[in-house]
Amino acid sequence: MGDITIKINGMDVTAPEGSTILEAARLAQIDIPTLCYLKDINEIGACRMCVVEVKGARTLVASCVYPINKGMEVWTNTPRVMESRKKTLELILSNHRRECLSCVRSGECELQQLCHELGVEDEHFYQGETPDPMLDDSAAHMIRDNSKCILCRRCVAVCENCQSVGVIGPNNRGFASFIGTAFNMPLGETSCVSCGQCIAVCPTGALYEKDSTQEVFDAINDPDKYVCVQAAPSVRAALGEEFGLPIGTDVEGKMAAALRRIGFDKVFDTDFAADLTIMEEANELIERIQNKGTLPLITSCSPGWVKFCEHYYPDLIPHVSTCKSPQQMFGATLKTYYAQKMGIDPAKIVSVSVMPCTAKKFEINRPDQGAAGVPDVDIAITTRELARMIKKLGIRFNDLPNEDFDDPLGESTGAGVIFGATGGVMEAALRTAVETLTGEELKNLDFTEVRGTDGVKEASYNVAGMDVKVAVASGLKNARVLLDKIRSGEADYQFVEIMACPGGCVNGGGQPQVRGSIRNFTDIRAERAKVLYKNDSEKEFRKSHENPSIKRVYKEFFGKPGSEKAHHVLHTSYVARTIN
Amino acid sequence: MTANSVAFSGTAQQQEELLKVINDLRDEPGCLMPIMQQAQDIYGYLPREVQTVISDELGIPLEKVYGVATFYAQFNLNPKGRNQISVCLGTACYVKGSGALFNKLKETLGIDEGECTSDGKFSLDACRCVGACGLAPVMMVNGEVYGRLTTDDLPDILKKYN
Repeated sequence: MGDITIKINGMDVTAPEGSTILEAARLAQIDIPTLCYLKDINEIGACRMCVVEVKGARTLVASCVYPINKGMEVWTNTPRVMESRKKTLELILSNHRRECLSCVRSGECELQQLCHELGVEDEHFYQGETPDPMLDDSAAHMIRDNSKCILCRRCVAVCENCQSVGVIGPNNRGFASFIGTAFNMPLGETSCVSCGQCIAVCPTGALYEKDSTQEVFDAINDPDKYVCVQAAPSVRAALGEEFGLPIGTDVEGKMAAALRRIGFDKVFDTDFAADLTIMEEANELIERIQNKGTLPLITSCSPGWVKFCEHYYPDLIPHVSTCKSPQQMFGATLKTYYAQKMGIDPAKIVSVSVMPCTAKKFEINRPDQGAAGVPDVDIAITTRELARMIKKLGIRFNDLPNEDFDDPLGESTGAGVIFGATGGVMEAALRTAVETLTGEELKNLDFTEVRGTDGVKEASYNVAGMDVKVAVASGLKNARVLLDKIRSGEADYQFVEIMACPGGCVNGGGQPQVRGSIRNFTDIRAERAKVLYKNDSEKEFRKSHENPSIKRVYKEFFGKPGSEKAHHVLHTSYVARTIN
Repeated sequence: MTANSVAFSGTAQQQEELLKVINDLRDEPGCLMPIMQQAQDIYGYLPREVQTVISDELGIPLEKVYGVATFYAQFNLNPKGRNQISVCLGTACYVKGSGALFNKLKETLGIDEGECTSDGKFSLDACRCVGACGLAPVMMVNGEVYGRLTTDDLPDILKKYN
């Protein structure tokens, strides 16, 4: 396919054949506003924000789905276009429950931003029937409020097209239509996997995580509580976006500094627990290979994936690693090893996690996740909630010094850091498993075949004379490709990594929301992942088993990977669920 | 409209017919609508149990089936009652007060539009103009037309079908 030259606003613009008008305009540095459009995910031309004039066309056309063709003349800025976009916004506002002062999305709401940019001055002009708040707070991780929904269907598209879950969709018709579940079941009763991708793409405040920030403040202000926080690898790769820093800025040091200023008693790092996960998971893999156990072994770090497996592939549960996720391993170690070492009653410890993930809110309440007889993790907040806390307290994030995590649960290796990117757990596990199996020092630590944002990746490594076949999938629709092959017996992998969110945790449902106009032209997954790989390359230790704190925790407490104590504290179990 | 005000009572034979329909059509593109239409022919309506079978068999989310079922007026989520009441909400009847009749019936029967009483006796629908505007406001029960009604007339009419 060659290039085509068209005229946009009188200027020549050359773009590849097959481009849409929207994409061609972008090449000419013109942003056409959109609300429903999400590249490759939701291309339905429904919201009519992106209309443009095309010479010879009877009506305005939706530029997000209209392909360019030779000799085409387009205008993106005529009075007719501007008037139409403004009217569309006014009509959307006419039944939008406007509580913009207090709305969770205020300031970052795409509808609000467009109204501001397009000069919608009289928001009451078309005031129509406004729905009552229709809150569905039945799920552990999120709240749905249809009174702020603009029916763009981004959430529906991401749930079905990216995650192949499809528990939400348009019900009824015309003015009565709304996004809901089958038979209007509460979301918590459906087979929603809690991934939160719907929140990540929602342009308004209709979908948001259950906010636990007040609970955290309350715990910090309780003198009887010892409040410890852990922050996941991906949080440092995205938190800066909430404070105006470019996508792909590493804010690890500032994040630690901010957490300390919020008032946590100890600021620890989930990366430590990621290293711990590798110790246990690599051991489990080697044991299963040597003892002819159920293979392939599939990773269990992503609670969205675990819940998906329980609903949709319950027969494959024996393949899922019994390792708790790093969040839970951290909490379990905190309330057993650390509590014992420091002489603190585990019941007095409040274990808080900051996660790029909404499913972590579901995970903390799963059964078999309380090694010390109390929950491993008490409160899980998202990257967005942490940003909210920092803003609330007036902490000048961008001017903070870089600080370190506290010892001993703050020390980590490069292997732990890359957990946040798709393929990262695989690579980290291989670094440890290969050295363990060969007994020799691994020279090249970069398993580049499993890096990158492709949905499905496969590789084969010769380790100690044995072929180890591995596969990596991110995004649950991609995961199905591998799972179906495993189910049918067609695949002969030994080790499989699955992350619920496309691109892995860096693109998790709890990460800062990125406006469509940026998201559609930037691979946020790749930009954020770069932070983690750079961090990894600069670390003194890049293999989990070389982490001095990890060595110590095994020496002082667990004995060795896979020990009885390790099983009691660091491993868990799963349940089969139905599809609803 | 809410669904399933009447307990599902599908037979094994109906289930067998449904599975045959699905198997006959499953490989055709766009098969969902025809399957749903034929399923409704078999059961008279599309209860959750039937939609669940369609969803499971086709491997598509239940919400997708439900979304289609609630989008098209041709699909019923509830069975029709032994006595089918239909109130005209067309312009002439509406200005003569059929809205009040409709609301009174909803209240009396304890069901919403498109639903059926739990004893299966009455179902309630709205319709648009039955060509008897001179008799407005009009309602029909099992095709029989009652005209120039007020809400006071309703108890006696319902009694006839009890």
